[in-house]
Amino acid sequence: MSSDKSRFDFFKPSRRELLTGAAALSATAMMPPSAWAQKFPTAAVNTTGLAVTDTEVTVGILHSVTGTMAISETGSVQAEKLAIEQINATGGVLGRKIKFIQEDGASDWPTFAEKARKLLVNDKVASVMGCWTSASRKAVLPVFEQYNGMLYYPTFYEGLEASKNVIYTGQEATQQILAGLDWVQKEKGAKSFYLLGSDYIWPRTSNKIARKHIENFLKLKVVGEEYFPLGHTQFNSAINKIRLAKPDVIYAIIVGGSNVAFYKQLKAAGFDLNKQTLMTISVTEDEIDGIGGDNIVGAYACMKYFQSLDNENNKGFVSAFKKMWGDKTVIGDVTQAAYLGPWLWKLTVEKAGSFDIDKIAAASPGVEFKGAPEGYVRVHENHHLWSKTRVGRARKDGQYDMVYETADLMQPDPYPKGYQ
Amino acid sequence: MFGDYSFGDLMSILAMQGFAGLILFSVFVLMALGLAIIFGQMGVINMAHGEFMILGAYMTYLCSHLVQDYAPGLMGGYFFIAMIVAFIVSGALGLLVEWAMIRHLYSRPLDTLLATWGLSLIMQQSFRSIFGAREVGIDLPSWMMGSLPVFGSIEVQINGLLVMGITLLITGIVALLMYRSRWGLQVRAVVANRTMSGAVGIDTRRIDRLTFGLGCGIAGIAGSAFTMIGSTGPTAGQLYIVDTFLVVVFGGAQSLIGTIASALTISQTQSTLEFFLTGSMAKVLTLLIVILLLMLRPQGLFVLKVRR
Repeated sequence: MSSDKSRFDFFKPSRRELLTGAAALSATAMMPPSAWAQKFPTAAVNTTGLAVTDTEVTVGILHSVTGTMAISETGSVQAEKLAIEQINATGGVLGRKIKFIQEDGASDWPTFAEKARKLLVNDKVASVMGCWTSASRKAVLPVFEQYNGMLYYPTFYEGLEASKNVIYTGQEATQQILAGLDWVQKEKGAKSFYLLGSDYIWPRTSNKIARKHIENFLKLKVVGEEYFPLGHTQFNSAINKIRLAKPDVIYAIIVGGSNVAFYKQLKAAGFDLNKQTLMTISVTEDEIDGIGGDNIVGAYACMKYFQSLDNENNKGFVSAFKKMWGDKTVIGDVTQAAYLGPWLWKLTVEKAGSFDIDKIAAASPGVEFKGAPEGYVRVHENHHLWSKTRVGRARKDGQYDMVYETADLMQPDPYPKGYQ
Repeated sequence: MFGDYSFGDLMSILAMQGFAGLILFSVFVLMALGLAIIFGQMGVINMAHGEFMILGAYMTYLCSHLVQDYAPGLMGGYFFIAMIVAFIVSGALGLLVEWAMIRHLYSRPLDTLLATWGLSLIMQQSFRSIFGAREVGIDLPSWMMGSLPVFGSIEVQINGLLVMGITLLITGIVALLMYRSRWGLQVRAVVANRTMSGAVGIDTRRIDRLTFGLGCGIAGIAGSAFTMIGSTGPTAGQLYIVDTFLVVVFGGAQSLIGTIASALTISQTQSTLEFFLTGSMAKVLTLLIVILLLMLRPQGLFVLKVRR
């Protein structure tokens, strides 16, 4: 137990805050479970028939553990399980232990919708941590709205969505993109940009926002914009075009296996990323594992979290994560955002004093999580998170060195004016 | 588009672009060769071709770790050992699969399509269980990375040169086997007329098994070579399968020359279009051109004249 205690030390500030802030809660923290049930009787905290008993509450985990997306979603599942274990070790939610039911979306969007329906209708789960791609989120969204469920969605994504039934724990596009572009203009004196992306909604929308910001706000030049089919493996022609256009910054939003091919071929073509500035918003530590640190060293990534962040919360999180899942695991931006899901849900339930979905949706704005590995976050009225944006520089060993972070939290703005 | 550039710039880009086309050509030939042998000579549509390639890639990954741990001195040359291991392992699995599955289905070609597709799913999930769902990074010897300055600002990729070399070597060996060896003669006889070949004493079953094994082994080599330019993950084989089938079908299923000619056509079209258009549009146009040509020549570019 002593090691467990130190594992959760990083959560202390927020627990202390609970003690001072909510006297009622601090008293209940000492109570045995039966007393919790008396204080928050199941009939009162669960008026809509969710899977909540006097001692347990059931949530769902819905990610792909088979198929193409398993590469990316594995980390999210691991982070969510870690968060649930930690919450249970510190007393659960309203005195109830979290039990989870895991379903496999199998990288197939209709399967995601079907499993979401199963979790909400058959299992009556109190909330779902899940989805990764925008396509899977779009597939389950009508299900969550129809059966009134609550989804905690971890991935940075293109925005243009704000549902009562979803909490977006990753950054939307403007949060992730704008600060990075400002930084690269100021620090690198960048004048021209070459935009690259895989051909689907997230890179296209993100590059659209980037282009508007570059041309209309920074008054700089975009010298090329290009998309590749998902799974594209041959980038030599594109690399020659970049060579011809001589951009100050290559702005790359390539995903999946293409990523590996792109960086390997860029390196082979003689591009030294220490001299040629390259900024990406799609390569986390997870992806570098496959790309190889040698091939991407020197590149800049713009997102909200890096495993190397130097703060107490993060140190605790990283060591707990490695203890649970092995020394060799790496933690990327989305994995950290997935870790926030169960915690935010717990904090919201305790703020609302209820498991009811409507009450959670209403109580979510303003919920603060001080124990987040990325640092303080707060839920906005539009169900996205206020968070800082950071720029990191890839090291040979596959980690990022943070070179810049915004002074303030960035406001989430899923429907940005002037960028559509 | 070209207004701002000097003549020298344009020339060097032209040269490098030509080289990019050649690399793509080699990649296409290498990945299609194994499939062409199996599809062309046996009429078996091997949907698991991509997975056999990835098996080769994973073998390279294992070799790189073994060499790093036990014989770090060999690191510079481990890649060639890895390629041989990849050939042996993929080939052996091919032999096993032929014995356990394919040979029971020769009379039902459509069923081989389903069966090998199932096999590809099984292999994908096995990779995932054994090596993990994430892509693995493979350490290459440092001399294999980067580029060689050739002339002025022209640079050629070392890994591209290596892929070209390997392709040339493998194609040469296969051509020798097919057209200069006793085994090749028997294979061609079986393709021309299976019943008659059996009647004159050729063990057609043995020929089939060896052909399938060889095709899978070459896929393994291709997969191993592609670790230099692409990703290695459980489903990475799917990235290659469409292009591979395209090359084989377009070339005319039974002809080695056809495969090479078709790889040349498709790669040059694609890399030229990619330079002037965007990646996605280039792909669309390439596919359109292939479809049009296949409508004009349903048998593919080169057809072997066989009396049926």
